[in-house]
Amino acid sequence: MTWAVYLWQLGVCLCAIGLAPLFAGWVGQCRALLQNRSAPSLWQPYRVLRKLFHKEATLANDASWLFRGAPYVVFAAMVLAAAIIPSLTTELPAARVADAIALVGLFATARMFMALAAMDVGTAFGTMGARREMMIGFLTEPALLMVLFNAFLMAGTTALPAIVQNTLTQSQVTLHPSLAFAAVAFVMVLLAENARLPIDNPTTHLELTMIHEAMTLEYSARHLALIEWASWLKLFNYACIGFTLFAPWGIATHGVSPGGIALAMLALVAKLAVAGAALALFETASAKLRLFRAPEFLTMAFLLAVLGLLVHLLLKG
Amino acid sequence: MNEWAAASPTVTALLGLVAGWLLVGGLGLVRPTGVGWVARVLFPLGALIGLGVAAAGVVSLMPAFATQQVVLPLGLPDLPFHVRLDALSGFFLVLLGVAGAGISIFSAGYFRAGEGTAPGLLCLQYHVFLASMAMVVLADDAYLFMVAWETMALSSYFLVTTQHRLPEIRRAGFLYLLMAHVGALGILLCFGVLHGGSWQMTFDAMRASTLAPLWAGIAFLLALVGFGTKAGMVPLHVWLPEAHPAAPSPVSAMMSGLMLKTAIYGLLRVSLDLLSVGPWWWGVLALVMGLFTALYGVIFAAVQTDMKRLLAYSSIENIGLILAGIGLVLIFRTFDLRVLAALALAAVLIHAFNHALFKSLLFLATGSVMHATGERSLGKLGGLIRRMPWVAAFALIGSLAIAGLPPLNGFVSEWLLLQTFLQSPHIPHAFLDMIVPLGAAVIALAAALAGYVMVKFYGVVFLGQHRESSLATARDASRLERIGLGWLALGCVLVGAFPQVALDVAGRVTQALVGATAQRGPSPWWMTPTAANQASYSGLWYWAGLLLVTGVTFLLVRRFYRGRSRRTAPWDCGYPWQTPRMQDSAEGFGQPIRHLFGPIFKIEREVPRPSDVAPAYRIEIEDRFWVACYQPIGRLLQRVTERMAVLQGGRLSVYLLYSFLTLIFLLVCVL
Repeated sequence: MTWAVYLWQLGVCLCAIGLAPLFAGWVGQCRALLQNRSAPSLWQPYRVLRKLFHKEATLANDASWLFRGAPYVVFAAMVLAAAIIPSLTTELPAARVADAIALVGLFATARMFMALAAMDVGTAFGTMGARREMMIGFLTEPALLMVLFNAFLMAGTTALPAIVQNTLTQSQVTLHPSLAFAAVAFVMVLLAENARLPIDNPTTHLELTMIHEAMTLEYSARHLALIEWASWLKLFNYACIGFTLFAPWGIATHGVSPGGIALAMLALVAKLAVAGAALALFETASAKLRLFRAPEFLTMAFLLAVLGLLVHLLLKG
Repeated sequence: MNEWAAASPTVTALLGLVAGWLLVGGLGLVRPTGVGWVARVLFPLGALIGLGVAAAGVVSLMPAFATQQVVLPLGLPDLPFHVRLDALSGFFLVLLGVAGAGISIFSAGYFRAGEGTAPGLLCLQYHVFLASMAMVVLADDAYLFMVAWETMALSSYFLVTTQHRLPEIRRAGFLYLLMAHVGALGILLCFGVLHGGSWQMTFDAMRASTLAPLWAGIAFLLALVGFGTKAGMVPLHVWLPEAHPAAPSPVSAMMSGLMLKTAIYGLLRVSLDLLSVGPWWWGVLALVMGLFTALYGVIFAAVQTDMKRLLAYSSIENIGLILAGIGLVLIFRTFDLRVLAALALAAVLIHAFNHALFKSLLFLATGSVMHATGERSLGKLGGLIRRMPWVAAFALIGSLAIAGLPPLNGFVSEWLLLQTFLQSPHIPHAFLDMIVPLGAAVIALAAALAGYVMVKFYGVVFLGQHRESSLATARDASRLERIGLGWLALGCVLVGAFPQVALDVAGRVTQALVGATAQRGPSPWWMTPTAANQASYSGLWYWAGLLLVTGVTFLLVRRFYRGRSRRTAPWDCGYPWQTPRMQDSAEGFGQPIRHLFGPIFKIEREVPRPSDVAPAYRIEIEDRFWVACYQPIGRLLQRVTERMAVLQGGRLSVYLLYSFLTLIFLLVCVL
C-alpha cells in the first residue's frame, strides 16, 4: 500500500495547484462585495491564467537566464511547499524530506529568486520592488519561524504532520496563551508575505507604493502566469499553515482512505471559505501603511511571536 | 626516526605534506619574477598537496583511527616540538585541504598579472601561510602552537600588504598585525594559566592539570579574547573589514575561509579538550557574544558599498553563528547533556566547514570580478551575469548557500543550529531553560538578514545594467579560475545533498570531545539528528523534488504553450528614458537597513543642495566601536608616548646619563 501514499501525495499537490486560483478568486469576490463593487467571477483567476498562457511573451533585451528561469523555480518552490503542508492528510512522504524549517527555506528561496529576477533587467522599479520585498522579507521570515517555534516546542517536533496529530490527540481543547500570541503574529505575517493590505495592495498599479507588482513588471505571458499562480499558491499555502497550526480539525490522520480525504476536503473548503472572507473583511477595513511604518508592523509580529515563545517557556514548569 | 614513522604513519605523511608546501614556497624563489613558473607549476602543485592533506585528514576521521603523537627532533633544546593528530585536528585538516586546494588552483589562474609583491615571493608567503595553518592544527604543545600561530600571523600580514605601495593598504596591514598580536598575547597568557603550575607546556600536561575554578575561568576568558580577536568576535573585529579588502582576493579567501577557522579550532581545543567542564556562565558568555556578533556583522554587511568589505562583515556574522553554537556546546556540557552537546558541536563544525567553502568561493568570485573590471566598489559594477556567465553561476551558488537556502550546505548547518536551540528547554536550570531558546530568534533574524545582504551583493554586482560603460568589455575568468570556483561550488552542493555524511564525520569529533554523537539516520540520505519523529531532512530527496517539479513545470509549459518569445526594450511602466544610474545603488539598496537600525551606525552624510553646480552625494558609515573604544585608546597611547618622547632629547650625553642611572638603579636592586 506504500504506493498509494505517494499517489495521495501527488493528489495533495495537484489539489493545491488547482484550488489556489479558486481561493484567490473567492477572496477577490468577497473584497468586491464588501466594497460595493460588482464582483468578478469566481473563475476569474483561471481566465487570467488562460489569457496569459495564450499570449506572446516579451523579454527585455538584456534579460539573462536567471530572469527566464526564476518563474519556474518560484512556482516549483510553492508546489513543494504545498506538498509538505498537511492540508488534507498527515500521511505525507514529502513532509519527512523537508520539515517546517525547510518550509520557511522554501518561501525564502522563492523570495530571493523573485527579488534577483526583478533586479536582472535593471529598471528603476524592478530594483525598488526587490529592495522593498527583501525589507519585508527579512522581518517576516524570522517572525514566521518563531510562530512555528511555538508549535515546535509544544509538540516537540518540527514535522508539520506530527504537530497536527499532537493537537488532534489532545483530549480537551485548551487555549494555550502562547498560541494566541502566535496566531496574531501569524496573521500579520500572512498579510505582509502575500502582498496584502496594510503592507501592499495586490490590485495596485500605483508605481510608488507597489512592492510585489513592481517586481513582476517586466514579466509577461507564460512567465507572468507562473508567477501569478505561484503567488496564489503562496496565499493558499499560508492559509493551510494557519489551519495546520491553529485549526487542524478535519485533516485525515489515521491512514488514507477515500472517505477520510473527502471529509478533509470538505473541511478544507469550508475553512478556506471562512478564511477568505475574513481576509477580505480585514483588507477592506484597513488602510495601507506608509512604507516605513511597515517595519514597525512586522517588528511587532516578530516580537509577538517571541513573546509567545517566552510565555510558553514560562508556563511550562 | 623510522620508529615513529612506522608507529604513526598518518602524522608522518602529514608532516611530509606540510614540508612539501614549504618546499613549493621555497621553489618560488628560484625564479622570483617568473609568473609562468609560479602560476603553471607551483600553485597547482600546492593544490595537489592540499588534496593530500585533506586525504590524511579523512584517514584520521575513520572509525578505526587511533590518535597519533610524535615528538619532533626540532625546536629548542629540552623543548622539542610535539605533534598530535586526533579527530578534531583531522576535521580541520580536511577543511584546510579541501578549501585550500580550490583556492590554490584558482590562484594559479589569478596571479598571472604579478601585482605588488614579486610572484615568487608571494608564492613563498602563500605556502608558508598554508603550512603554518596546518601546523597550528597539528601542534600538541603551547610552544609549537605559538610558533605556528605567529608564523601564520606574519605570513598573512605580508600577504595582506601585497600592494604595499598604497598607504591605505599599509595602514590596514598594520592594524591587522597589531590586533593579531593583541590576540596572541591573550592566547599566550591563556597557556600560561593552563599549565597549572607544572610549567610543562605540552597539551597532555595541560589536560592533566587541575585548575582552581577561578583560574579555569580566567583561562577561558583569555582564550575567548585571544581566539576571538583572530576570529573577528565583536568588539575585537575591527581589523577584519580593513584587512580583507586590502589583501588580494585569494588571500582574502584564505583568511576568511581558513584562518578564521584556526581560531575556532583553538577555541574548541582549549575549551573542550584542555579545560575540564566549566560553569554555565562560560557557555552563556560565548552564546551572548556569538549572537551579538552575528547580528552586528550582518547589519553592517547590509550597508557596505565595497564588495569585499561586505563579505568581510558577512564573515563576522558567520563567526557569530559558530560562536553561538560553541556557547550551546559549553552550556550542554556543563549540565552533562552529552547528546545535545554533540548535536551543537556538529552544527558548529559543519558550519565552519560550510563557511570555508562558500566564503572562499565568494571572495574568489570578487577576485575574478576585480581582474575583469578593476573595480571593487559596488557602485561601479552591475550586469556582469551577461559578460561573465561562469563566475556569475558559481557566485549564485555561493550566495544562495550563504543565505541559508535549502538544499545547499548553508541550510544544513543553520537547520542543525535551530534544532539545537529547540532542544535547549531541556537544560535543568530554572532560568537558562527559558532564556536560551530565545537565542533562536536572533539566529533566525540574522539568517534572514543574510538573505537580504546576498540579494544586494549578487544583484548589484551581477544583475541589472552596467553602471560603467567599461564593464561592457569585461571578460570571464580563465579556465583554472573556473576550476577553483567550480570545486568550491561543488562542495557547497555536495554537503547540501548529503548532510548525513557530514553529520557522521562530525560525529567522530563529537565522540572524542564530548563523548557522544547525534543520532544516526536510517541511511546516508536522511538526517535525523534527534529522533526520526522529531526532525528529519533529506538533502538528496529535496534536490530530487526541486529538480523534478521545476523540470516537469518547464516541460509542461513548453508542451502546451502556444505563444512565442520576443525580445524588446524593457517596459518599466512605460518610462521611455532609462539609464543605469536609475537602478538602486549599493547605498540605495542598504537604505532600509540604515533607516531601521539607524542608532547602531555612526552616519556622516553630505546631501547636495539645489543650488550646487556639480551635485554630489556622500555617505560614510562608521563602526561605533571604532569611534567609542579604539580611538580613545589610540589617543591615550598617543598622549602617553608624546610625554615619553621628552626622554628622547637627541643628545648623547643625556642618553649616557640614562644608562648610568639605570646601572645605579640595578646595582641598588641587586645589593
